[in-house]
Amino acid sequence: MADTWSVGKHTFTSRLLVGTGKYRDFPTMKQALLASGAEVVTVAVRRLDLSKKGEASLLEWIPKQMTLLPNTAACFDAEEAIRTARLGRELGMGDLVKLEVIGDRRTLFPDVEGLVAAAKVLVKEGFVVLPYTNDDPVTARKLEDAGCAAIMPLGAPIGSGLGIRNPYNLRIILEAAKVPVLVDAGVGTASDAAVAMELGAVAVLMNTAIAEAREPVLMAEAMREAVAAGRKAFLAGRIPMKLHASASSPMTGLVGS
Amino acid sequence: MQVRINGEQREIPDGLTVAALLGHLGVKAQRVAVEVNDSVVTKDRHGSHRIAAGDSIEIVAFVGGG
Repeated sequence: MADTWSVGKHTFTSRLLVGTGKYRDFPTMKQALLASGAEVVTVAVRRLDLSKKGEASLLEWIPKQMTLLPNTAACFDAEEAIRTARLGRELGMGDLVKLEVIGDRRTLFPDVEGLVAAAKVLVKEGFVVLPYTNDDPVTARKLEDAGCAAIMPLGAPIGSGLGIRNPYNLRIILEAAKVPVLVDAGVGTASDAAVAMELGAVAVLMNTAIAEAREPVLMAEAMREAVAAGRKAFLAGRIPMKLHASASSPMTGLVGS
Repeated sequence: MQVRINGEQREIPDGLTVAALLGHLGVKAQRVAVEVNDSVVTKDRHGSHRIAAGDSIEIVAFVGGG
């Protein structure tokens, strides 16, 4: 049986979700999206620049088979995030939303109070809410109780590339959650993505690590393989860590013994 | 009449529907979402919803993001 995961009424095979920001140009982005094997791509909602008519639209560069996940990035309170989510639904005709309510400009850490409040409203309106949240197990539980379809704790601040800074908190969130847990933000390189998957995350969401790599398309491919490898290692079950050696070759029958 | 579009004060002809406003601005309706006074005007209502003087209108589209 295929190793799939589901959120709302959507089922996916790829466990790598990718963003569409920060690319040097649309052709590079499209190539990277394809190389990543992602089925879900995040997009942001912004005012149309009315002075730039006929400019290339982002959507023309996103492969048609991909599912759009509109975000509410840069929203600093629940009300703004709710408005943006509604506009995103109108634009994308889908029910998915990556809910962000940001609490601090420098760290872009979530305002978890606003996040839970916004989640409650959007769940009632029929959205499939995927909240970007702190790696805090209590907030994760509150989001789940609010009816969120998944929980997306950060590995480290958005765009920082610091990797998975608190694997123990993620383990606690993973242990308790009954909805899918995706690690969103903080991944810097392939091993970070593998670590997230080895911990048991159902998927990883990233943008900067691919878009700002020297070779975005090659990095997208690396991330695809790392996520797949991490997932397999999780399913295979790693050996426990031991302080001392455990010989792999027989210790008896040596020549001259 | 005077309205506010994406934060800027603008003069537009009286009595435009949302669809007519988008045409007036040269914007393709299928690529944007429109909000009038903080409420989304869904595409099926673009032809019937009339803009009034003083309305605050947001016209948004998808851009790259994470």
